[in-house]
Amino acid sequence: MLLSITTTYQPATDLGYLLHKHPDRVQTFSISSGQVHIFYPEANEEVCTVAMLVEIDPVNMVRNLRKKGQSLMLTHYVNDRPYTASSFTSTAIAEVFSTAMNGNCKSKPDLVDKKWPLEVQISCIKAKGDLAERFFAPLGYEILCERIPLNESFPEWGDSYYCSLSLKHELPIKDLLTHLYVLLPVLDYNKHYYVSKAEVEKLLSKGEDWLKDHPEKELITKRFLNRSRGLTRMALERLAESEGELEEETDENDEGNKEKEAVQISLHRQRLETVAETLKEKGARTVIDLGCGEGKLMQILLKEGQFEKITGVDVSVYELQKAKKRLHWETLSPRKRERLELFQSALTYRDKRLEGYDAAALVEVIEHLDADRLQALERALFEFAQPKLVVITTPNKDYNAKFENEDPDRLRHHDHRFEWTRQEFKDWAEKIKQSYRYDYEISLIGEAFEDKGGPSQMVVFLIT
Amino acid sequence: MNQKNLNIQIPKFSMVVLVGVSSSGKSSFARQFFKSTEVISSDFCRGLVSDDENNLEATQDAFDLLHYMVGKRLKRKKLVVIDATNLQESARQKLLQISKEYHCLPVAIVMKTSEELIYERHEQRSDRDFGTFVLRKQLRSLKRSLKRLKKEGFRYIFTLDDPEQLKNLSINRTKLWNDKQEETGPFDIIGDVHGCFEELKTLLEKLGYQIRHTGNEGTFGYEVVAAEGRKAVFVGDLVDRGPASDKVLRLVMSMVENGTALCVPGNHDMKLLKKLNGKRVKIQHGLAETLEQLEKEPSEFIEKLKAFLNSLISHYVLDQGKLVVAHAGLREDMIGRASGTVRAFCLYGETSGEIDEFGLPVRYNWAQEYDGKAMVVYGHTPIPEPEWLNNTINIDTGCVFGGKLTALRYPEKELVSVKTEKVYAEPIRPLEKNADQRSAQQAYDDLLDMEDVSGKRILNTKYAHPVTIWEQNSAAALEIMSRFALDPKWLIYLPPTMSPTDSAALDGLLEHPAEAFDYYRQLGVQKLICEKKHMGSRAVVIIGKTPEALQQRFGFVAAHLGTCYTRTGRRFFTDEKLEAAFLERLHKALCGAGFWAEHETDWVCLDCELMPWSAKAQSLISSQYAAVGASGQQSMNAIMSSLTKATKRELPVEDLFARFQPRQQAIQQFTKAYSEYCKATDGLEGIVLAPFHILATEGKVHSDKPHTWHMDTIAAFCKQDPEFLMATPYRLVDLLDEETISTAIAWWTQMTSEGGEGMVVKPLSFIARGEKSLIQPAIKCRGPEYLRIIYGPDYLEQQNLGRLKKRGVGKKRSLALKEFSLGLEALDRFVDRQPLRKVHECVFGVLALESEPVDPRL
Repeated sequence: MLLSITTTYQPATDLGYLLHKHPDRVQTFSISSGQVHIFYPEANEEVCTVAMLVEIDPVNMVRNLRKKGQSLMLTHYVNDRPYTASSFTSTAIAEVFSTAMNGNCKSKPDLVDKKWPLEVQISCIKAKGDLAERFFAPLGYEILCERIPLNESFPEWGDSYYCSLSLKHELPIKDLLTHLYVLLPVLDYNKHYYVSKAEVEKLLSKGEDWLKDHPEKELITKRFLNRSRGLTRMALERLAESEGELEEETDENDEGNKEKEAVQISLHRQRLETVAETLKEKGARTVIDLGCGEGKLMQILLKEGQFEKITGVDVSVYELQKAKKRLHWETLSPRKRERLELFQSALTYRDKRLEGYDAAALVEVIEHLDADRLQALERALFEFAQPKLVVITTPNKDYNAKFENEDPDRLRHHDHRFEWTRQEFKDWAEKIKQSYRYDYEISLIGEAFEDKGGPSQMVVFLIT
Repeated sequence: MNQKNLNIQIPKFSMVVLVGVSSSGKSSFARQFFKSTEVISSDFCRGLVSDDENNLEATQDAFDLLHYMVGKRLKRKKLVVIDATNLQESARQKLLQISKEYHCLPVAIVMKTSEELIYERHEQRSDRDFGTFVLRKQLRSLKRSLKRLKKEGFRYIFTLDDPEQLKNLSINRTKLWNDKQEETGPFDIIGDVHGCFEELKTLLEKLGYQIRHTGNEGTFGYEVVAAEGRKAVFVGDLVDRGPASDKVLRLVMSMVENGTALCVPGNHDMKLLKKLNGKRVKIQHGLAETLEQLEKEPSEFIEKLKAFLNSLISHYVLDQGKLVVAHAGLREDMIGRASGTVRAFCLYGETSGEIDEFGLPVRYNWAQEYDGKAMVVYGHTPIPEPEWLNNTINIDTGCVFGGKLTALRYPEKELVSVKTEKVYAEPIRPLEKNADQRSAQQAYDDLLDMEDVSGKRILNTKYAHPVTIWEQNSAAALEIMSRFALDPKWLIYLPPTMSPTDSAALDGLLEHPAEAFDYYRQLGVQKLICEKKHMGSRAVVIIGKTPEALQQRFGFVAAHLGTCYTRTGRRFFTDEKLEAAFLERLHKALCGAGFWAEHETDWVCLDCELMPWSAKAQSLISSQYAAVGASGQQSMNAIMSSLTKATKRELPVEDLFARFQPRQQAIQQFTKAYSEYCKATDGLEGIVLAPFHILATEGKVHSDKPHTWHMDTIAAFCKQDPEFLMATPYRLVDLLDEETISTAIAWWTQMTSEGGEGMVVKPLSFIARGEKSLIQPAIKCRGPEYLRIIYGPDYLEQQNLGRLKKRGVGKKRSLALKEFSLGLEALDRFVDRQPLRKVHECVFGVLALESEPVDPRL
């Protein structure tokens, strides 16, 4: 990765004083996982350019990861780290230009606060959408973001998320360095590194005076907090990788999505409360939550003394771990512990541990199963587990019409295998009634949209 | 009991309860006659839970532990000796209850040591600090106990009065009556006869038995010569309803007597015995006919008949435990055991207690849950056709109801039947026809059980050591299997992982064929095949001659022409229409080549590579490889242009220049390398399938054929559609012939320099064994350019390559062997028509092993 800063301040070579790096020398510094080289490709009275070449040793980088006990995938070995601006670049800036960034210049102190005409060239950075614009423009930069195609031999693949970035502005050099120090890793947003909370605070202190008024303050802060992924997740991803299918990164910077997300969060809450209410009303004492996820429904049920036994089941060990955390599993009092149970199972298999409950809840579960595997779930549930009461919720496809400019056949979640209209849902419930010993009633959840019903639909099966 | 040499006999599988007061010598007796692991003493348990063998306060916990341990041994069918006073009836009751639970015969051995000796011993012991009044109390209890043991339910009671006796005592362990494991057959197992004498005679003759009616009363009027080395086994219900129960009895008794047959009792036979013994029974369900037919029989015969019926054993365990015959079948946990419950189950099967609309007990189908190693053959419930389910088969085909009399030939698993001559009786409940077209096993297999896949598992295969699957790996596999994989009925195989060669000895290369050849040479394999390694996505294809044929064999309700799935069992094509077009095109080629007729099959399972790589892996290519290539080229160009400028300024950047210039080239080569495997496709246009193993066809797993057979057979049908189907190019290597080696290396060098991934080196035989164990079925040898996309653009830089060469392939190879043997085992089991769960556990195991962390670059 190469970052260069050019100025046309007169005399341009004063840049060397400010940066404490002599224009006629080539200097090398060590950082973790590599080296930084400083040299001036151009240096005269009119124009002066300093180049910072960050050289990463990929083999060493992987060793550091391995020391931390991470289990590694191919992306850890072959990746863009040596080529793009990232947190390594920030580390390099801090290592090499710390005096300048802190605004110190013993020989020419008057230069420090002066606004310089500056142009920054970053050879390559990952910047999705208009993020570079949104992060730098509010600070007064003129931005030129040149997209890099994925592969010139395959124009149909389109552009990559990378661009070569050029930033122009007149400002003190210490401010420029601080902006780059904070914003380059925020743009890159690489998930492979865990940033501790303390470090985040340290980074943000650098941006305190300009970040507080920045319109993207929230997003910038959020993107510092890289999520670390649990080890169980890694096992699953290893399998996905061997398939050549990686899950697309979700774009949380999409404004439209954000709003939809908020709606969905409140809808989910509403759904869980409706289900809990129904279970209570029907007098269930023992409940099994099939597809419990991180245990939100269990948490609601736990507050109701009526439920003597609350069992959560999920196919994902990762989700079960989250549920345990949410329920404070390790420190539960004996009485609570007696009421709770959690285990892994898959609803496409018969499982004797699911038998003997008053009620089963499947909140937004069935749509995550391929339609041709649904029959296995039906038998496992209605023929073998046979709870007295079954509550099932699933999205109402008719409601999708509300999200206007979206394809009505587009599924709400990338893992949904199907979404049913109210009629399809009713047909299915009817089929269950015909095949097993259950009767049913259907209701809708959430605020109705025109005549399309609520966003979610619920069926309650009662054993006959 | 004053004989000099005393010999007592106890059943090999029994619970031996020692009864005797403190200091009567129980422990030393137990030590003398039993293995230390067979004896569980209450003192020992007291010590375990409290550190003090005499701590009476710990008695309750100690006995809980004792009972638990006794239960575990009995569950595993191990004899157990309980060394405790056992003087209280309540203490013995608890033990009897446990023995009942595990269908184990209870034996009591009473130590009636003389009182003087007991007092004398008690004095000498320092670890017993209770007074003699305790002993007196115990002695009173012993006297009471002696009278009760029989009534309490002990089947054998032995009393030893004198320690001198022990010197001359020997204990023999006798095997259970149902244990005929030494009889290895072959057998002809015959279903419910119900007095159908003519049909029985015809069936036996059809099976090769010679029957002569002699009228000689000594052999009950018949003389039977068995078919060569064979023996008949009757599943019971010889009598009632039919026209000649008397003759059937005579024939069977004669066969049992002269050793040409074994017989287990049916409920009808036992009811007849009850009647003959003068007990009151309801004369119904055809008993009247039997009694009438027996009326003309002489009383001597009736006496012998009673003795015969009385001697019948509930069930037999035959052929080293591989075969069990019982009238109504038998649960796994009752096999080879003896109790009233076992006998009742053998006679009547399992019922829920409910009564159906015909007034008959509702039967619970125990076979649905059967998971034992032994094949269970039974009758009792008439059905139209015998059907396998979980390694059990009911062969009562309702002869007396106008069906047929059926025999199962064992071990051939062949069914032989004789149509009935007429309807002798009307069934109370009509014989049920199977509602759907599929077999009972296939219908049962619609839903697998969590128990078949969850937790830590140990899987046995014919090929290698048992494979252990750890719980955390099963857990990861469960998520993949249930969320993404196809219906388990399709998944009869998952491909194994493959190890690369050891690091190349040659400079400037990470992998080279020489190391693959060395590996096989050292293990004594001489003939090898080198196959071009295709760079696409692994695909397993199952395709049928017709949708119906496939449906019948794989047990689906819906018809498909086949399926194509990935190495983790996911549907390969997300677009159903594309999948259909793909299968149709392959189908056409197979039909055109006459594949079905040539291989006498109507389905085939192929192991393939599907090209181009980008057809399946586009998202991975974009987010991973293209990303690296695009960002790398951009940055390297910028760096080089800056360094060039610096050079012009005469700055000392020679070192940097020399380092980065090759990297600029490397990133271009990286892009070129992965671009080789990308190609635009439009529907099926541009897609190429390269099958390289014909894994299985009906009745056969083709792992017994050399790879050249696979290559030739595949090439034959690839010719039908060369644009779509690619025969894999290969070279043969004989490690004793240097020329074949150098030819293969030259071929590899040429292929890889033209952008090919490399080649796979395999022993010529599909399965190769060394002196000790299985040998790697394949070693991959990848080209230097291809490896850039695995190890990074700059991996050939000297400092990098040196470090990378230190890789270890041990774990990868161990996984490869485990997965290979599990994959083959799954195919074997499928072809052998075993229950789906037996196939599924192997396939599931492969997936679980694949979640094990291993260097992904290998």
